[in-house]
Amino acid sequence: MDVITALTQWFTEPMQFEFVQRALLVSVVAGVACAVLSCWMTLVGWSLMGDAVSHAVLPGVVLSYLFGAPFAVGALVFGGGSVALIGIVNRTSRVKEDAVIGVVFTAMFALGLVLVSRVPSQTDLSHILFGNVLGVSDADIWQVVVLAAIVLAVVWFKHRDLTLYAFDPVHAHALGINPRLLETLLLGLLSVTVVVALQAVGIILVVAMVIIPGATAYLLTDRFERMLLISASVAVAAAFVGVFASFHVNVSTGGSIVLAQAGAFVLAYLFSPRQGVLWRGRGARALRARART
Amino acid sequence: MIPAIEVTGATVRYGDVLALEDVSLTVGPGRVCGLLGTNGSGKSTLFKTILGLVSADRGRIRILGRTHTAARREGLVGYVPQSEQVDWAFPVRVRDVVMMGRYGHMGPRRRPRAADRRAVDHALDRTDLADLADRQIGALSGGQRKRAFVARAIAQGADVLLLDEPFAGVDKRSEATVVDLLGSLRQDGATLLVSTHDLAQVPDLCDEAALLQRRLLAHGTPDEVLRPDVLLEAFGARPARGAAAWT
Repeated sequence: MDVITALTQWFTEPMQFEFVQRALLVSVVAGVACAVLSCWMTLVGWSLMGDAVSHAVLPGVVLSYLFGAPFAVGALVFGGGSVALIGIVNRTSRVKEDAVIGVVFTAMFALGLVLVSRVPSQTDLSHILFGNVLGVSDADIWQVVVLAAIVLAVVWFKHRDLTLYAFDPVHAHALGINPRLLETLLLGLLSVTVVVALQAVGIILVVAMVIIPGATAYLLTDRFERMLLISASVAVAAAFVGVFASFHVNVSTGGSIVLAQAGAFVLAYLFSPRQGVLWRGRGARALRARART
Repeated sequence: MIPAIEVTGATVRYGDVLALEDVSLTVGPGRVCGLLGTNGSGKSTLFKTILGLVSADRGRIRILGRTHTAARREGLVGYVPQSEQVDWAFPVRVRDVVMMGRYGHMGPRRRPRAADRRAVDHALDRTDLADLADRQIGALSGGQRKRAFVARAIAQGADVLLLDEPFAGVDKRSEATVVDLLGSLRQDGATLLVSTHDLAQVPDLCDEAALLQRRLLAHGTPDEVLRPDVLLEAFGARPARGAAAWT
């Protein structure tokens, strides 16, 4: 059996199963929404905020299960609520923002753990924490697709304003465009996106999805539009590699997706035409060699 | 005649710290005013107050006779930030930055129309950056970077420009091109408030100078303000003769 046939089979064999198709759909849709947003997260420097929002949704998800509501409702309430809480404490106390974020998200996560211990089924917790993309229900898929569509539509409509905010909020203000409003919009989009990606990779790894693709793309281009495209492509490729690898080797799907993204980041870090450390190291060595002669 | 910038009795507190105390400063239209002061003298705070980023505890701000909110909505105020406040590794081209000056003229999606592209091209020509328009913003020299942000204000059509330390991080030769550019903006009737602790450029560039040290200590022609005895009284130390800066 030659390599091409083997490779084709590696991809086609899992596709015969409906649960794999559904897992792919969720991973790709969630991946693209996260990847697009991750470009602004990288540039504004909000990685910790992504971590905070993702952990803070846990109590919301647990309460949603408890009351039989769609998980997105509780997650959005607690995600958005935590962001607001961080903002309030940050503005009204002398504690620095990273500490406020740390306090709020760990407290929310702890609340979630306490609530979970009162909820009968323990299997749900591991699904929430680590994702259960191979077992998503129709309702879950609908939530993911609809929320991702909303995120992408808002981003498509407002992407220039978001970039303006990320680059120069003072200039936005000078033009009479409210940067506080844009910040709130970006935080809202982050909350929704985190909820979207929960299904794919779970609470613990969501933050990777809203950082790694953007950080990878940032190493590869100086143009924002290209950064969006590269970031989304990385996420799609990682979704395929992750889902198929987890099928063949029987390992965690969420873990595989994030590992695939991390692999892309490592490649960009090493081999990026302009930013790659290998070339930069070589350029520096060549300069030093020239200096010696 | 309506003054371009009119600050009356502005007092700004950050908590217990008094940043500005009863500052009144009026700059007429088409004038270039150099705002002088050491680090921490309140120059940045005064800029933020004029822009409405910081609200004054007391006092009144008028820009071309309007409140700062109305002036900003009309796009009258352009802002050229200090170099340290800009993320030079941000993935935007020079052209993109200048286009951001047009956002106030656009619809909610900020989709550029032909008029916006013409305004950007004009601003790039004016600042001699047309050949560098497709470069990433950080791939410019210090002087070119300043000109890019001035181009953004030109594209905006701002009548009042606030420039925060435009000569910091700019070499001597580029400094002259920035001074020429600002001079030509004044020729067109723009009003410039230029904060600097670089005294060397003040006589060439400025019609008037204002000395700020939390309070406004002096305001007049550069000759009147840059006299050694005035500076001595203001800062308790005589800047070295011919020194470009003191801190």
